[in-house]
Amino acid sequence: MDLSLSSRTDGDKTVVEVGGEIDVYTAPKLRERIVELVESGSYNLVIDMERVEFLDSTGLGVLVGGLKRVRAHDGSLRLVCTQDRILKIFRITGLTKVFPIHDSVDDAVAAQS
Amino acid sequence: MPTVELRFTPLPAHVRTARLVAVSLARRAGVDEHSLDEVRLAVGEAASRAVGRHAASCPTEPVLVRLTDGGDAFVAEVVDVAGDNDVDHLHDLPGADDDPALDLFGDDLSSGVELAVIGGLVEDLRVAHTSVGTAVTMTWPAVSPVRSPGVSQAAVPGAAFGHTPPSA
Repeated sequence: MDLSLSSRTDGDKTVVEVGGEIDVYTAPKLRERIVELVESGSYNLVIDMERVEFLDSTGLGVLVGGLKRVRAHDGSLRLVCTQDRILKIFRITGLTKVFPIHDSVDDAVAAQS
Repeated sequence: MPTVELRFTPLPAHVRTARLVAVSLARRAGVDEHSLDEVRLAVGEAASRAVGRHAASCPTEPVLVRLTDGGDAFVAEVVDVAGDNDVDHLHDLPGADDDPALDLFGDDLSSGVELAVIGGLVEDLRVAHTSVGTAVTMTWPAVSPVRSPGVSQAAVPGAAFGHTPPSA
């Protein structure tokens, strides 16, 4: 399955809804979208991963790259994910302590930037 | 031992094919359903790593994925022939502190942590570095083999499959 991406503004955050598989083939599309958003002034991002079916370390690298980009503007990058099979790779790599991970988009949007 | 070999041009698009074939054969071999996600991720990581290494040093050479139903175990071997330049090694991930975890990842699309992720997923893992390249061998126990005659072959553009039937 390919990658699907859509983004919208919600309060002071930009929510990016991601679906499908994030791997070495599709990750460039996600990186491109994040770079576009940051360059257009969206520094507080919420990445909704509830529809993601697969995530590998290439995808993690793109998310880390996004985090570094928004931090350079004193921004934030929050994740929404409740799927254990996706969360597992965050735990393995220690990134659960780096990314704020929320149970819902509403929680992530309501969080203080 | 029934073996399926997949050789593919080192293109990112084919990594997904390797994942799909590996999971399908692991299920057939009897790997526990709960471990199939590990097979999917680990084979994908190893194939991504091999594709990245080939793309950098030998883009015309195919990547080899060898999948074997060993009866009581399923073995996935991912082999690159990209030499020993810039080889990454199995290392521990930080796990606790923020910055080390962040610093593992560069800003390009080659994460460089594939082997570490595999190490965190697979208990039975062997990584052999030679002057020719790297062989990553991952083994999972088979608990409930699904036996049926023959293994179907799929046609995937740019990829070639070979099936070795079990010896009599």
